[in-house]
Amino acid sequence: MEMQKKSFFMVPYLAWIALFVVAPMALILYQSLFDITGHFTFSNYTSYLESTTYLKMTFNSIWYAFLITFFTLLISYPTAYLLNRLKNKRLWLLLIILPTWINLLLKTYAFIGLFSQNGSVNDFLRFVGAGSHQILFTDFSFIFVASYIEIPFMILPIFNSLDEINPSLINASRDLGASAWQTFKRVIVPLTMPGVKSGFQAVFIPSLSLFMITRLIGGNRVITLGTAIEEHFLVTQNWGMGSTIGVILIIAMFVVMFLTRERKSKGGQSR
Amino acid sequence: MKAKFKLSNLYLVFVFIVIYLPIAYLIFYSFNTGATMDKFTGFSMKHYTTLLSDTRMISIVLNTVVIALLSSLLATLIGTLGALWINQLKRRSAKNAVLSVNNVLMVSPDVIIGASFLIFFSFLGFKLGFTSVLLSHIAFSIPIVVLMVLPKINEMPRTMIDAAYDLGASKWQALSRVILPTITPGIFAGYFMAFTYSLDDFAVTFFVTGNGFSTLSIEIYSRARQGVDLEVNALSTLMFLVSLLLVVGYYVLERYGHSRRVNRNKMMKGPNAQ
Amino acid sequence: MKKLIAIFVGILAVCAVIAGLNHQMNAKTTSNEKKVLNIYNWGDYIDPDLITKFEKQTGYHVVYETFDSNEAMLTKIKQGGTSYDLTVPSDYTVQRMIKSGLVAKIDKSKLSNYKNIDSRFLNLSFDPNNDYSIPYFWGTLGIVYNDQFVQADQVQHWDQLWNPAFKKSIMLTDSARDMLGVALITQGHSMNTTNYSELKSAQEKLNLLMPNVKAVVADEIKMYMKQNEAKIAVTYSGEASEMMSYNKHLHYVVPDEGSNMWFDNIVIPKTAKHKAAAYDFINFMLEPKNAAQNAEYIGYSTPNKAAMKYLPADVRNDKQFYPAESTVKNLEVYKDLPLKVIGNYNDLFLEFKMSK
Repeated sequence: MEMQKKSFFMVPYLAWIALFVVAPMALILYQSLFDITGHFTFSNYTSYLESTTYLKMTFNSIWYAFLITFFTLLISYPTAYLLNRLKNKRLWLLLIILPTWINLLLKTYAFIGLFSQNGSVNDFLRFVGAGSHQILFTDFSFIFVASYIEIPFMILPIFNSLDEINPSLINASRDLGASAWQTFKRVIVPLTMPGVKSGFQAVFIPSLSLFMITRLIGGNRVITLGTAIEEHFLVTQNWGMGSTIGVILIIAMFVVMFLTRERKSKGGQSR
Repeated sequence: MKAKFKLSNLYLVFVFIVIYLPIAYLIFYSFNTGATMDKFTGFSMKHYTTLLSDTRMISIVLNTVVIALLSSLLATLIGTLGALWINQLKRRSAKNAVLSVNNVLMVSPDVIIGASFLIFFSFLGFKLGFTSVLLSHIAFSIPIVVLMVLPKINEMPRTMIDAAYDLGASKWQALSRVILPTITPGIFAGYFMAFTYSLDDFAVTFFVTGNGFSTLSIEIYSRARQGVDLEVNALSTLMFLVSLLLVVGYYVLERYGHSRRVNRNKMMKGPNAQ
Repeated sequence: MKKLIAIFVGILAVCAVIAGLNHQMNAKTTSNEKKVLNIYNWGDYIDPDLITKFEKQTGYHVVYETFDSNEAMLTKIKQGGTSYDLTVPSDYTVQRMIKSGLVAKIDKSKLSNYKNIDSRFLNLSFDPNNDYSIPYFWGTLGIVYNDQFVQADQVQHWDQLWNPAFKKSIMLTDSARDMLGVALITQGHSMNTTNYSELKSAQEKLNLLMPNVKAVVADEIKMYMKQNEAKIAVTYSGEASEMMSYNKHLHYVVPDEGSNMWFDNIVIPKTAKHKAAAYDFINFMLEPKNAAQNAEYIGYSTPNKAAMKYLPADVRNDKQFYPAESTVKNLEVYKDLPLKVIGNYNDLFLEFKMSK
């Protein structure tokens, strides 16, 4: 393999891994072995595994991250697909990303304004005769806002893989008598799987550790692992327990990566 | 066919409306005479005049922009090189292992990253400030760049690179003439995502910043105890408009040189189409 | 490739231009390099006009940086790499900083305006001799209610919050010590208890409040209350004054059976490099007129007795923020409890939040 010789490529990247991934990871692992008074112990892990609070929280995090990813994908795939057929598609794509440049806290405050009892959404509902509803602090508002934040991170990779599809493949499929639906199912979907996977990773993994909006929009009715870590680091000052949950999250991430890994599949890769 | 087309457009319009709704809300209230985002009491530009005379805030914005532009640039560079390296790893398991390590910073909550970077920097005796913030932003932006670039490289037909070598291209030529142009969309995507991460980051920056250096997120979050004032709305409005102009301007410029590139791409893609 | 390089260089150039601009802008303001004062404070927690006035009066250049929680600030100061000349921790954090040796002793003889502080707010348990800290603002924990939905006599005491009529209408502050503290008071215990069984029974009491709880939130509680989102909130006086200035239907009550009294205090970190400037600034802020101006801007209660006469009568006589002596004597200041006990508070509170 000739490319192997270009080893200088990997130097900055490997340096980054060593300094900013492995070193902090080692620090977290090291810290997770100390209790709040600074004694070496495995008690953080045992109390995590024995506590119904933490197990319930872990389950909650996974469940909500799954829901958020599901709805994000549900909205993003058609959006990416339709965007890709537009005339100035790159411009439209940029316009999807642009709102992410506005500060998150500020956007969250805007959502509070929109969703509150006397907010614009309830004004609208009353206007159409649907009456006012409690929107804030519900699962709906939490998942809505979380998906809102994540959508660009899902659309972008899917859009890119759609963009890559060679139109002649689709033409070939149609020429061979496949219907539009068959073409979509047999050609387009398999070819965009890499994009969907990176979108899934880019959304599901951070969703596991959401905080802030769990409090602002969810009113702490939903408590995720991210919230707990935040508390342990910034309120309780129990860095040991916080790090322990951090280790759990990293393990969860490895599991997700394993499940969505690149396999020898029949679809897109066989070229 | 025509009805379907309209329906799909309707869907996109709906998505755009939802995405821009909170932005419109923020912009609308930046013109409020009042001081909050719930009651519009009248039109005024006073929050803009406050902003323009607030040199501290303007300086913070400039800091934020420099950090975001620079960190995402370097992160894109390192991340792209990393993706190229990951791609040429032969064993699938090695690839997956590196990718998992790559993603650690994406799953770790910001507070943990921030705290461990802080310990790391103070362990090295690093002076906290611009450099430590820049390094941290580069660090947490690299994984997203890799995630954006790697699928592009994977999609690139192996035969294309081989063909380049067969035609006598050097490694450098293969990279600069064949590989990079093909993965450019991925690189741009990575840059934009990295830029986004950097602009929005609060927790990591908070921990690793030091005397005399602050970014917009820190300022906004620490104002939350008193309630975010509409000066920040005015600022966001201006930033939004500027980035909108930049994006549209960039796009128009790109269109200008479009036809030339299309021809070149066609020539390159031609042999591999089947 | 050419395009990529062009963009790369372009972005670098833009960075250089912006950095240059920024440098020039700062250069104008920091003309005299040596006379600098680095303040590390909560965001928007001082009247900016006072900073300008201080700079004009003394020729110092003030660098103002911000944090958003005691613990975050503490972590930063503890880890080093920074050198702030002043920071503003709350009571229990002051105690913790003293214990960890992070703050410098304050020579009160250098503060001619120290005498202006109300003696009620000096020599408190977190810093018995005020050797390390000077009170900046003080306040209480209490109940905010909206008179469109709730009558004043329905919310004069903590116990009344458990009224079934308030189903899903109370917002709590996301703070273990404050909320467990409320339950502790209703059971006649101290807010500083370290007794686990007292804490456990407080948590059980709090669990019974859950049906009435609408949300457990933090700073954003102001925004919710301003927008009439909830009928009742349990929050700090500072937050209350902020929301009341926007929504005339809101009122604040400090239950007279007891509550928390908190202090934000100015301290000088050990790593400070411009101590003389720090002293000048503390003294400047203790000047009655300045303290009054700051209190009017922030809306919190000032501990500066001499400043009271410069405050408008309706502020000075407001029992909500300057409660009667009979209430004040029932207020408790938080002590910095052993880490294990704080851990108990937090674990119990987390269980409470998960119990919906």
